[in-house]
Amino acid sequence: MGRYVIRRLLQMIPVFVGATLLIFLMVNVMGDPVAGLCGDRACDPATAARLKAEFGLDQPVWKQYLTYMGNVLSGDFGTAFNGQKVTELMGTAFPVTIRLTLVAILFEIVIGIALGVVTGLRRGRPVDTGVLVATLVVISVPTFVTGLLLQLLLGVEWGWIDPSVSSEATFGELVVPGLVLASVSLAYVTRLTRTSIAENRRSDYVRTAVAKGLPRRRVISRHLLRNSLIPVVTFIGTDVGALMGGAIVTERIFNIHGVGYQLYQGILRQNTQTVVGFVTVLVLVFLVANLVVDLLYAVLDPRIRYA
Amino acid sequence: MPDVRRTNPGPDPESGDRRPGEHPPGDRPPGEHPPGDRPRGDWPDGGPDAEDGAVAGTGFGGSMDLATNEGRTLEDDPGPDGGGPSGRPRSLWSDAWRDLRRNPVFLVSALLILFLALIAMWPSLLTSGDPLDCDLALAQEGSRPGHPFGFNGQGCDVYTRTVYGARTSVTVGVCATLGVALLGGVLGALAGFFGGLWDALLSRLTDVFFAIPVVLGGLVLLSVVTSNSVWPVIGFMVLLGWPQISRISRGSVITAKQHDYVQAARALGASGPRMLLRHIAPNAIAPVIVVATIALGTYIALEATLSYLGVGLKPPTVSWGIDISSASPYIRNAPHMLLWPAGALAVTVLAFIMLGDAVRDALDPKLR
Repeated sequence: MGRYVIRRLLQMIPVFVGATLLIFLMVNVMGDPVAGLCGDRACDPATAARLKAEFGLDQPVWKQYLTYMGNVLSGDFGTAFNGQKVTELMGTAFPVTIRLTLVAILFEIVIGIALGVVTGLRRGRPVDTGVLVATLVVISVPTFVTGLLLQLLLGVEWGWIDPSVSSEATFGELVVPGLVLASVSLAYVTRLTRTSIAENRRSDYVRTAVAKGLPRRRVISRHLLRNSLIPVVTFIGTDVGALMGGAIVTERIFNIHGVGYQLYQGILRQNTQTVVGFVTVLVLVFLVANLVVDLLYAVLDPRIRYA
Repeated sequence: MPDVRRTNPGPDPESGDRRPGEHPPGDRPPGEHPPGDRPRGDWPDGGPDAEDGAVAGTGFGGSMDLATNEGRTLEDDPGPDGGGPSGRPRSLWSDAWRDLRRNPVFLVSALLILFLALIAMWPSLLTSGDPLDCDLALAQEGSRPGHPFGFNGQGCDVYTRTVYGARTSVTVGVCATLGVALLGGVLGALAGFFGGLWDALLSRLTDVFFAIPVVLGGLVLLSVVTSNSVWPVIGFMVLLGWPQISRISRGSVITAKQHDYVQAARALGASGPRMLLRHIAPNAIAPVIVVATIALGTYIALEATLSYLGVGLKPPTVSWGIDISSASPYIRNAPHMLLWPAGALAVTVLAFIMLGDAVRDALDPKLR
């Protein structure tokens, strides 16, 4: 187990370096980074040159990258061009997005798996067809349309929720945004669980469990579900990273000041430090989530061992 | 259910090509159990995706992962007697076609797509108006005779714009998919066929791309673009989309490579390119096609999302994404401005996903 984790951690290094380098290069293509400092006017050349030297922007890109990564590894994510520490921005943004992601994941697990089990056990029945059609519809409507419509209906027309989330962003306020964020994945978890359950239902161990006379509930929860969850866990794990990074649209609709909001602002204002810093953390989250998923397999299925 | 895949033991297609030292024996991550040692009969849709080391998933979010997994079930080898109803030999494709012709889902989605292609090529078939012919006096007006969908914020006819928007969306979807399928398919096939260093390199590279959230990459890359043509958006989709297809194509080629007829061709002295083109490609292409079809739908939706965020296409291009985006602030007063293009978008995406689903079902011998 320990050796496996260590090797996986080592494998992450090239991916981490590659992904951050890629985003670093992309951001560098974004245009003149000091332009954002002079507001809407163009910088005068002398000031621009001085600023560039001050931020080390006159160095070649690879050198900038090395310096930046060195700083990041010692916990310094740099300063946004408005003078705020990027770590400070992260301190306010990440808790909000983590809460949002938690709500979304909770929806995926509770509703997605429940629907998947119900439809998987009743394959071909009207319930199954209905849910299947519903998932397809949810998948094919873009998230921002779902979000705008829910905001309009629940927030404005019926007044059940506040159409925009306050800066505290409590769990209660994040229920509907979390649902919107989760919607596509939710539909997917449902389909995945359904397929998995429907296939495993006919397996020998389920037949044995039924033949032993175990109550149906126990057969489903202990034997069928546990064996069917592996692909679902894989998906949900990889989805953590996608949800946190993909919250840009949801956070924009509901005016949530989380990671997506900061990133969006950072990109609009050409605030390279913010963008690179946040993306670096997101990449790390994604990689760690993948590792955790792989370790979870052993919990779900004791036959899987990591030497 | 008979486990058809086990009828073809043979060398484990995955481990046969593993980079040396990556997973020493006795230390396999889940998903790579040697034949006969698999803890469960089949991995259902989307078995664990640990084969490529550090990461799994696509970063495209749910629907893209859906596509990946739909494709993956096809990669698994059905074995020589993979369950045709009769013993008569028919090719996989003619078999699939027989199924598809009688599948209402396929027929409906194919007709829809045909219709879309038609109005994308000749929008004037359905409307005589000009999408850029607007009258501010009519802004946000509802439906009236001659203008069934009403008018948008600029006073343009929503119906005409929705019809004309099909062209942009379909162009983006088709071009991006073609680019992704060609680039990813070829790179993945080469990696799977030749293995070794090139394969290891490509696998790490795909990992890198998967670790970057797609919408985010789009925001960063496209925020500098000032051109209002569709090409930057397509280019971006190809850039971030190819690793997904390349992973599918690689796995599929590795599986096909193990077949007896490929070994026979090799024994007869067939050259590398000939084996790849004549023997492997026709048998490995099915999952790529399925994933590409579903991906086409998601690219159309992605274009709309990017346009909504203000970095995708820009006016005066007529696209559903732009129309939805420009209607979103007025959704309270004039929801029709948003609902019609959004509906058209959703139906289009749905049609492609259903088509991909139907083709997958037809090509998947397990379901027979």
